[in-house]
Amino acid sequence: MKHEVIIGLEIHLELLTQSKLFCSCSTAFGREPNTNCCPVCLGLPGSLPVFNRRAVELSVTAALALNSNIQKQSRFDRKNYFYPDLPKAYQVSQYDRPLAKAGYLEIEVDENMRTISLERIHLEEEAGKLMHAGDSIRDADYSLVDYNRAGIPLLEIVTAPEIHSGREARIFLEELRTVLFYSGASDCKMEEGSLRCDANISLRPAGSAQLGTKAEVKNMNSFRAVEMALDYEVKRQEAVLSAGGIVTQETCHWDEGQKRTIPMRGKEGSSDYRYFPEPDLLPLSLEASFIENLVDSLPELPQQRRSRFKEQYQLDPNEAFLLTVNRGLGDIFEKAARHYSDHRNLVNWVQGDLLYQLREHGRKTEEFDSKLLVELLLMLDDGKINRPVAKELLSKAVQKGVSPQKLVSERGLGRISGQENLLPLVEQVISENPEAADSYRQGKKKALGFLVGKVMALTGGRADPAELNRLFDEKLQQ
Amino acid sequence: MKLYEHSAAGLSQLLKNKEVSSVDVVQSFMDRIERLDPHLKAFITHTPVMALDTATEIDNRRMNGEELQPLAGVPIAVKDNICTEGLHTTCASRMLENYVPPYDATVVGALRKAGLPILGKTNLDEFAMGSSTENSAFFPTRNPWDFSRVPGGSSGGSAAAVSSGMAPLALGSDTGGSIRQPASLCGVTGLRPTYGRVSRYGLIAFASSLDQIGPLTHGALDSALLMDLISGYDPLDSTSLPGKDPNFKASLDPDVKNLRIGMIRQDVTEGFDPEVTGAVHKIAAVLENNGAMVEEVSLPMTNYGLEAYYLIAPSEASSNLGRYDGVRYGYCAGGENIEEMFSRTRGEGFGPEVKRRIMIGTYALSAGYYDAYYLQAMKVRTMIRRDYETVFKNFDLLMGPSSPTPAFKIGEKTDDPVQMYLSDVCNITDSLAGVPSLAVPSGFHSGGLPMGLQLTASPLQERLLLKVARFLELNYEGQQKRPDLKFFEGGAS
Repeated sequence: MKHEVIIGLEIHLELLTQSKLFCSCSTAFGREPNTNCCPVCLGLPGSLPVFNRRAVELSVTAALALNSNIQKQSRFDRKNYFYPDLPKAYQVSQYDRPLAKAGYLEIEVDENMRTISLERIHLEEEAGKLMHAGDSIRDADYSLVDYNRAGIPLLEIVTAPEIHSGREARIFLEELRTVLFYSGASDCKMEEGSLRCDANISLRPAGSAQLGTKAEVKNMNSFRAVEMALDYEVKRQEAVLSAGGIVTQETCHWDEGQKRTIPMRGKEGSSDYRYFPEPDLLPLSLEASFIENLVDSLPELPQQRRSRFKEQYQLDPNEAFLLTVNRGLGDIFEKAARHYSDHRNLVNWVQGDLLYQLREHGRKTEEFDSKLLVELLLMLDDGKINRPVAKELLSKAVQKGVSPQKLVSERGLGRISGQENLLPLVEQVISENPEAADSYRQGKKKALGFLVGKVMALTGGRADPAELNRLFDEKLQQ
Repeated sequence: MKLYEHSAAGLSQLLKNKEVSSVDVVQSFMDRIERLDPHLKAFITHTPVMALDTATEIDNRRMNGEELQPLAGVPIAVKDNICTEGLHTTCASRMLENYVPPYDATVVGALRKAGLPILGKTNLDEFAMGSSTENSAFFPTRNPWDFSRVPGGSSGGSAAAVSSGMAPLALGSDTGGSIRQPASLCGVTGLRPTYGRVSRYGLIAFASSLDQIGPLTHGALDSALLMDLISGYDPLDSTSLPGKDPNFKASLDPDVKNLRIGMIRQDVTEGFDPEVTGAVHKIAAVLENNGAMVEEVSLPMTNYGLEAYYLIAPSEASSNLGRYDGVRYGYCAGGENIEEMFSRTRGEGFGPEVKRRIMIGTYALSAGYYDAYYLQAMKVRTMIRRDYETVFKNFDLLMGPSSPTPAFKIGEKTDDPVQMYLSDVCNITDSLAGVPSLAVPSGFHSGGLPMGLQLTASPLQERLLLKVARFLELNYEGQQKRPDLKFFEGGAS
């Protein structure tokens, strides 16, 4: 029987605020454990939460970027459960009145546009971080807890069950990350845990309207892992169903080493979190003007930028995609384009040599000055330098930020041209390579490239190739 | 007249005129504590050194001609569920027996800034859950008027300390009557301010939507002085009311002419001592004779107040007390695994009443029961608020007894939680409505015990309450008496 795969994602995103959701402690990553803490985020007896206005702004901005319906009235609730990383034994979250509802995100899968609905977006607080001297809290000799992270504002985004493969899930997450990064709400660093994803996955007979029993998959630490874990689950559930079995509802975690999902112990059945309205906070009431201001200050989003790049610079879809996903690279392109009108040539250099050099030398896009690229391309176009020299100059510009123009004049890297300069070299190469010269004389045009290359080698690639072609031709036709 | 017999306002005047020093004043109360507290057990922690240090500092500043707050140098006792930096704050629980907070509650900060020497931390029912202070994990407090009786609760330690002259002022907290009921059982004045009027930051939460800190004092003037210090908007408490506070002390003109007063009709008379209700009627007559209009009113939904309260407060408590798990601070029993550590810590660290309320609250919030219990109780609460809004359209004040009976015997109600819960029946609906409510002495029972009157006003009208209280102090006999404790004073001086 053919099965349809139904996936819903739950994404947690740390917001890019300076301070925590309910206190003024720093959100900085990587500090000495339990130093970014105070009575409020440690949940000490008697302490009370106070809203971080910035977190609300960033949440609304993110929700707007995801085309969501911002709720003017929302409310905070307590989600009660016991765990050592949860200082108050409840998490302040939003239950039945979330900050935003009914959003969507468009993604492109195999050149088809798909719209994935977002059921809700809400704001909550992050828990602390546990470290076990062992595999889990059950096996460990002891466990340590760091509350630096506790209380960092967290945005939860829940999709509708409208994703149909691991690949689609990965593409969705990549697009989501790009949008949220553009919105300025989060740095979306999965490796620092600022973006995390859990998935619900079930299978049902194709054409059926009823959802099958789902499994919840956790602990996927990269988009690649999400895709692999979901593909694994599809195969596992398919095998169970094909053998006439029944998929049991369970929570499992993705084992990156073994590349398989493993059911979690002791988490059977759903917990009763005893949600109730948080009495220490007033309901969140957003004024229309507050939301309008954020709408007005919403930055350009990836989708808009892509369309604009295609139209304004005549880029093809792949180029526009690359220069959007890699926002910094797009910024370099756009700054350079103001001073350099051959956009076709520019985009080739940006997505080719420049991107290669940046990666090669581990440089960030924002470290590179687009003016250097413009300088380089203008010299190349004017015939002042050759292509190989240009590539070398770009490497220097990326590594050390040195001006190509300056380097050319200092080190004499300009093009060598003129018969008086080139003819002696042409003659030297012909005399040193008689076989190649003969081949050319006999009509083998390919030999010319070899001979030109020899002169290039002697000049460090600086000789004018067009003039060399002419000189060799003249010399060997005689 | 001994120093400890003075009101705070009286002491403030003596200090201002430099007739006495703050060290003298503090010494007088400390001597009193030394003699009486071994019998009364009003304090969990005594802080004589800290109190004398503050007194010395205030005396020096006064000698240097500094402008000081009216209550500077007047000592105070603080209920032991209000956080004091560097000083044990136990909530009268094994769970927090050794807990020392790293920060001051906002109100404590205000006391320290104004220079009030803190005499100690007073006993209470564990986590403020109770009406007799018998639920303290350490020891019960005795009623200064009759040592075989309870002082009421949960602020029983604060009420007993003020009543017996061990402190001129005390801070208490009131969730469902925990200031007003012990005030009336001990014959002192106890004010529950409007919800949000006094910051809750640093008050260890029992039921967040109901908890309020307030003063226990001898008389309205002292309450006004203390309110001037502790009330006001606090950016650290999101439920704190914005806006500027009135000067409470400056508005105590004792005049009741043309006041419209609603006397709460007693739909249930069972359990009410006729002398208690008699005293309320006597006071009504005095008020009428002085130009007030008194009329019977009824707030129909308040009949469901006790039931709603005993769902809402335990629900919030079940969540608020989750944090006592042995991981970060407080009692930790250890265990083979995390679940065992949690359950042993909580099983051993909490007393029976606290556990009972956590279980009631956990049940009321559970899936499948939430709508029938918590949500239903919240609806009742909304309707009770509406009752109050309606009645305050026609009345300035409400009056009734502040406790159905005078102080009961120690042990009398400990086996019957419902009887114990009923002793707050007069106080609970004001708490649910969030309105200010004041307990003042209403005279003495034939058995010699003090009785109390409760006055209730619409939100933010504490001044009106204090004004009427001041009027009664001047115009109604049976006020301002202190218990006779000569036997325990050891005969000397």
